[in-house]
Amino acid sequence: MTMVKVLFYLMGFITLASALFVAASKSLVRSVFMFFVTLLSVAGLYVLALADFVAITQIVIYVGGILVLILFAFMLSGKETLANLQQQNDRFLSISKLPALLLAVLFFIVFINILFKTDINNLQWVNKAVSYKVDVKPDSPMTSNIGTGLMTTYLLPFEAISILLMMALVGAAHLSRKEKNG
Amino acid sequence: MIGLSDFLIVSAGLFCVGLYVILTKRNAIQVLIGIEMMLNAAILNLVAFGKYDRLANGGQMFALFAIVLAAATTAVALAIILNIYKKYKTIDPDQIHELKD
Repeated sequence: MTMVKVLFYLMGFITLASALFVAASKSLVRSVFMFFVTLLSVAGLYVLALADFVAITQIVIYVGGILVLILFAFMLSGKETLANLQQQNDRFLSISKLPALLLAVLFFIVFINILFKTDINNLQWVNKAVSYKVDVKPDSPMTSNIGTGLMTTYLLPFEAISILLMMALVGAAHLSRKEKNG
Repeated sequence: MIGLSDFLIVSAGLFCVGLYVILTKRNAIQVLIGIEMMLNAAILNLVAFGKYDRLANGGQMFALFAIVLAAATTAVALAIILNIYKKYKTIDPDQIHELKD
């Protein structure tokens, strides 16, 4: 058992455990902060999948942006929301949650079934990539690769997403402005 | 090294927890957190598969695009949630059942 494996299992365990805590906790603040842990450990999993740039982006955008935004929105929405949230139903496993639990477990079974049916570790194109040595090695320069790709192969999606970000910015600003007269 | 299936199992678990959160929580912000969890599971899949293609590098590239998309979605969704809270004084998705104002 190498160090990488140990780290992977640690990260995977933290990810799933904190996600389950988010699902189980009744307090919104606690679940938001546990979601923070989930996002950080998912970033750790990205590092173990040799995608360090994506991991840093995950930390900067998700943890620094989205989570702060969620906290902000929820603190802007006042004390009454908090009071409403506290009087939710009490138990984690009540009968009304049974269909949701059933659906989630069945989805998980289907996923695992697909994984084993397709024999995912011996996919043809994956084996070919490993034998041609085009898979990512720990020392291959992925950040410069991403930079080159953004300016050549993926230029069109890059421009499209910039327009979409612009639209989302204008839309969010329009939605959250104070209405004066109609 | 870590095999592909390990990543995919973790991601499947994360997706199912996110699904459960979406279906059970009675608070729009927590539903949003569940959606983010499912998105993260999908991005983890992209990154795990992207390990086997260094030349085109499609996996990591589209993981980046998906992260940016998630940021845009969250901004708009939170603006909508704030507006709904202003109008209905609740953010329980079950209690918001009319579209007209």
